[in-house]
Order: sequence, then C-alpha cells, then structure tokens
Amino acid sequence: MSKHVLSLLVEDKPGLLTRVAGLFARRGFNIESLAVGISEIEGLSRITVVVSVDGLPLEQVTKQLNKLINVIKIVELEPDSVQRDHMLIKVKTDAATRSQVLEAVTLFRARVIDVVSDALIIEITGDTSKCAAFIKILEPFGIKEMVQSGVLAMGRGSKSITEKVAK
Amino acid sequence: MTNEVLTGAEAIVRSLELLGVTDVFGLPGGAILPTYDPLMDSKKLRHILVRHEQGAGHAAEGYASASGRVGVCIATSGPGATNLVTAIADAYMDSVPLLAITGQVGSHLIGTDAFQEADIVGITMPITKHSFLVTKPEDVPEAIAAAYLIASTGRPGPVLVDVTKDAQQNKAEFIWPPKVDLPGYKPVTKPHGKQIQAAAALIKEAKKPIFYVGGGIVRSGAAKELLKLAELVGAPVTTTLMARGAFPDSHPQHLGMPGMHGTVPAVMGLQRSDLLITLGARFDDRVTGVAKSFAPDAKVIHVDIDPAEIGKIRFADVPIVGDAKEVITELTAELTTALKGKQPDMGEWWEFLNGLLERYPLGYAPHDDGKLDPQLVIKRIGEISGPEAIFAAGVGQHQMWSAQFIKYERPNSWLNSGGAGTMGYSVPAAMGAKVAQPERLVWAIDGDGCFQMTNQELATCTINNIPIKVAIINNSSLGMVRQWQTLFYDKRYSNTDLNTGTDTIMVPDFVKLAEAYGCLAIRVEKEEEIDAAIKLAIETNDRPVVIDFIVGRDAMVWPMVPAGVSNDQVQYARDAAPVWDGEE
Repeated sequence: MSKHVLSLLVEDKPGLLTRVAGLFARRGFNIESLAVGISEIEGLSRITVVVSVDGLPLEQVTKQLNKLINVIKIVELEPDSVQRDHMLIKVKTDAATRSQVLEAVTLFRARVIDVVSDALIIEITGDTSKCAAFIKILEPFGIKEMVQSGVLAMGRGSKSITEKVAK
Repeated sequence: MTNEVLTGAEAIVRSLELLGVTDVFGLPGGAILPTYDPLMDSKKLRHILVRHEQGAGHAAEGYASASGRVGVCIATSGPGATNLVTAIADAYMDSVPLLAITGQVGSHLIGTDAFQEADIVGITMPITKHSFLVTKPEDVPEAIAAAYLIASTGRPGPVLVDVTKDAQQNKAEFIWPPKVDLPGYKPVTKPHGKQIQAAAALIKEAKKPIFYVGGGIVRSGAAKELLKLAELVGAPVTTTLMARGAFPDSHPQHLGMPGMHGTVPAVMGLQRSDLLITLGARFDDRVTGVAKSFAPDAKVIHVDIDPAEIGKIRFADVPIVGDAKEVITELTAELTTALKGKQPDMGEWWEFLNGLLERYPLGYAPHDDGKLDPQLVIKRIGEISGPEAIFAAGVGQHQMWSAQFIKYERPNSWLNSGGAGTMGYSVPAAMGAKVAQPERLVWAIDGDGCFQMTNQELATCTINNIPIKVAIINNSSLGMVRQWQTLFYDKRYSNTDLNTGTDTIMVPDFVKLAEAYGCLAIRVEKEEEIDAAIKLAIETNDRPVVIDFIVGRDAMVWPMVPAGVSNDQVQYARDAAPVWDGEE
C-alpha cells in the first residue's frame, strides 16, 4: 500500500466532517491524517487527507468522496507538492540537558514556545520525515506530551484548486 | 409583489405541492404535528395514514418503483424516524427515489437527550444519498426542493429532510422557486463520445457477447431503447433480480435471470462470454458468485450513471458514465453505422446457449406431500394476472420463485427488495404501488415470515380503499433459511418453524387475521382451487384480498450457485450440476 495525499474542496456545512470521516470508516479505507480548515473562498473549506491504499481502492476513495453532495472537488497532490506537519512537543529538560535540546531545536529550525525549569514546549513545522527525525532526537530526553496536526498540503506553482470554482 | 408569509409547516406542504407531489405516506407524532395541521387542508396532497412508519417507507418505495416518481414519507422524531431507517436503507441499496421528511425536537433542545430526540441525520448518513437538518423556516423550501432534486436525478436514492419543531412553527417569507445551490452535485448523464465508439468496436469484434442488464435500466426508463439495441446486436440478454421486466421474458434473446438462483443459460452465458455489455448493473455478489472467477474470459463494457460503480468490483475495459437511456441511444446509433446492418457472427455462441436453454429450462420437481407446489401457485398468479399487473415480493424463496416463474414483459412491473433483502417489504410496497397506479392489478406475493412483519398495513389498505391482493406462500417456516439448513446445516432446523401451516397450531391463522383487517380471506389447500381463488381475488375490488396458499416446506429454489463458489458450479437441482461438453 502506498500513501496518497488528497486535497478536498468542500462546502462548509454542518456534519460535513462526519460525512467524510464516516465514508472512510464505512468503506474500510484507512485515514492516516486529516486536517480541516477554511479556504480562501467564503463558505468553502479545505480538507487535506492522507490515505494508505493501493491504486484501485484509491480510485474508489475519490469516487465515493465525489458522491458526497457537499464535496466540490478532489485533487490528488503530487508527491513533490508542499506538505507540512505541525507539532507541539513538551520535552523534559534540566540544567544538564537543556543546551543539548536547544541545539537540536536550532538544527531542525524548530522554535521554543514555552520554558519552565524542567520542561520546554517546542514547535516544529516540516514534512512528516523531518518531524519524525526530530522526535527521535528528543526521545532520549523524555517526551512528556505531544500533539500534531494532520498534513497540510498544496500543489506547487501558481495554479490553485479553487480556480474553476467561481463563487 | 410581496411574498406570502408561511409557517415552516405550511412551507413544507406548499413545497411538496409545488413539486408535483400528490401522495404522501406517514404517521404523525409530537415533533411533526405542526406539519400535519396544514396537511389536513391540502387539496393536492393525499396523505395516507399508515400503521407503522416502516410501512410508510416501503409504501413510498413501492410507489416510486411502480411509477418512477419520487416516493414521499413523513414521520415524527425519535422512534418515528428510526422506524423509517429500514426502508431508507432499502431505498439506498436499490436506488429508489425516496424523500423522507421527519420532525425533529425544537432546535434549542437538540443535543439534550430531549423526549423523542434521535439524531436521525446522523443515523441515516450511511444510508442516504444526502440529508438536511432544517432549523429555520426560511430554509424549508430550498431543503425540500434540493432533496427532491437529489433523490430523483443522477443515481436515484433516498434523501432525508429533518425539520425541527420550531422551524415548522415559525414564519418566514415563502419564496418559490427557491435557489437550489449544489455546487458539488453535477451528475453526468451524457456519455463520452469516444467511449461509445470504443464500446461499439468491442461489440463488433466480439464472438460471444452478452447483455448483463441491471436495475439501472428500469430506473432510467430505458427498456425500449434496450430492446432496440439488443435486437440490433442480436446477442443474448440476461436481466438481474432488479431488472426483471426491463427486457421482455417472451423475447427469444432472453436467457433469464443470472446469479445465485439464476437460470443455467443466464449463469453460464455470462461465465462463457467474451464480452459483457453491462448496463446499469453493479456486479453484485449475488450475481457474480466469487468475483474473481466471474466471466473470466470476458472483456467488460460497463455503463452506469454512478462513476463509483465502475471498477468497484470488476475492471471495465470500456467504462461509460452516463444515463442508461442516453448511453444506449448513442450506442445504438453508433452501432447502426458500424455494423452496417450485419450482426456479429454469433452462430456458435447461440448454438451453445440454445443447447443450454433446451437442456436446462426453468422448472421444478413437484412434491407429493399433499401440499401445494409453491412454484405452481406463483406461476398461475403470473399467468392469470398477465403482464400489465404489478408484483411486489417479500424476501426469500417466494421472492426467487416470483422472479423466476412470473413472466415479466414490462419494466416497473416487478418490485422487490434486491440489495437489502428486507423481509416485510411486499405488503406496504404493493400498497404504495396501488396508490401510484390505481388502475393496475397489484399483487403482494409474500412469505408467511415476511407477512408477519408488516401485515398491519392491511388496515391502511382497507380503510383507504387500496384493494391490493396478497398471496401468502405459506410453508409454515422461514423457507430460504430452512433451505440452507437442509443443504448446509445437516437438516438441523434451528428456529425456522413458524407454525402457520394447517398441520400446526396455526398462530396466527392468516384467514382470521385477514378477516379481522376487513379483507376477503381465502385459504387454498388443493391444486384445483388455485385458479378459482386467484380469479376471485382479481374480481374483488371493494377490499383487499388475502389468499393463504398452504404449500409444502420441502420445495427448494433451483438452480443454485452455493455461496462462496464459482458460478461454474451452478447446480440445476440438488446434486445435479449441468454436464459440460468435454472441451469446456
């Protein structure tokens, strides 16, 4: 099975997320990540969903999603599209380890958001593999807490998926 | 000009009237009460008060399936709405245009576990084409109009509109027609020209083509077009359970129904074909058997209005998305040019198929258990009633026999629960069909198990002067389950005895029950009484008729492809697989 990143343009209606998520569950498709938010057009939302499926089931995923009345458009983004995860990580630190952690933060171009004597909250943005590598570096220090957004993704170049959706 | 100000309830009634709806099946309750008040005054809407909301749902389905119009049902919140669920699921599986309107608790009470509150939009999400929750009176006309549009266009299906009590009570300007804005809903009906050419090319080259016709032809109203195309090509035709009547049974090219209980020629015709011309069918597991071994040598032309059906189960060499009627019309035009009046040479193919037709005709072995043969009863109902009648079946053995032994000549004459397999479908569906087509003779052919699930609608029929005919094929058991217990569970009849036969305690006595409902009730136990009873039922139109046909319980549905095996292993009768020629 391979990973596919789908970008959905949807009408911002009540229950929309349930319809999308329910469809995946009902048809037996696995969601790896899901991110929902507003788009640049009022009344339309943008969903980025990462699924792990083979080619033929992927076609079923998009066809079934397209049948949802509130789904306007679905685009499978190229592997080279811009894809970003966003994470907040709370790491145990003390006087001895803090500098090593800060070094890693600099190296990964992450940011420290909150500091107390025995912990740091670090924010990192990047593709999935960068985030995974960062977590590996931090693990020995002790990760107390972690949250992560779904993948956000956008095709490269000047084209936009909302182009033909005149509102 | 200023617009009229209506309550949301009045807007529901007015919207339905303006959409051309004339008949509604339902049952009132607290949260839908506001709507029932203006409904009482409507001159255009006939509301038929059912005895159970499931009956309203199936009646609306029967109404839609018999007439091609949208069926409408109404229920209150909570249990009223959940009682519609089975019918909605049924309509979803069989692509029936159904509009379900439910009352919902007041919008300020939503989410508080209020009295008779159920999240019916949430509950029905997986089984509706779409659904709306309306909390403001001004949103009523658009929701009803959009629901009606969605239910009746593209691949038809059920749409639910849930309206809160305050949205029904409060007032708003009534604007008609409302602006229906559905940017994500654009069903494709017109096929791609290149695909039509590609399909024509495959048909022209095929040696063993076969039409695999599904319920989409009935929903699309494409039976006439199909007949023209089939005669142009000259290939054999099979009609699935949902498509019975889409192609005349009397036509020499018709091999019958394929699938688990299909005819041997239809099953084997598909298996040995080199080209499936698939029209509005969806490769259901009851047709394909083990999908991997289904029609292994065939290329596939797949025509469907729902793009998601194409490639779902079987790869399509030529996928065509579009409305069956338009696709078939274009394909016929293309083939008329391509074939130049010369049909593909199918001499050997027809020789093979004709051999099967001769050796394995549809039939049954009579039993001498002193009871009626169910197949004979059903056959006679079909023969005496003729092709203009409507036949609605329940689910099980009697359904399969009705699909096999009644000869259908026109679409919309056969109604059944194909995808969902809903026991209890037939009585309310027949009632709905009779409301839609009052001039037609309408039969509910039911089993003794199915009949006990929804027979309370006989009260609805009697009181509202809807004179349907019910034939109970009474074998005193859940016959199809019993058949499987006979074949696959060593004759251990776990929980399939219903005790409705004349040699049991007879609870209930269907004749007494039907009489209690004000029906003419007849019990038939002897073969020589069958025709007279059917004729009396046909002549009696001042009340519904129920005939309790006491049939043998050992009769089984044949042919049969056992579950989980290839269609190549179709059995003509028990332990009697067809004999194939050496090279096959």
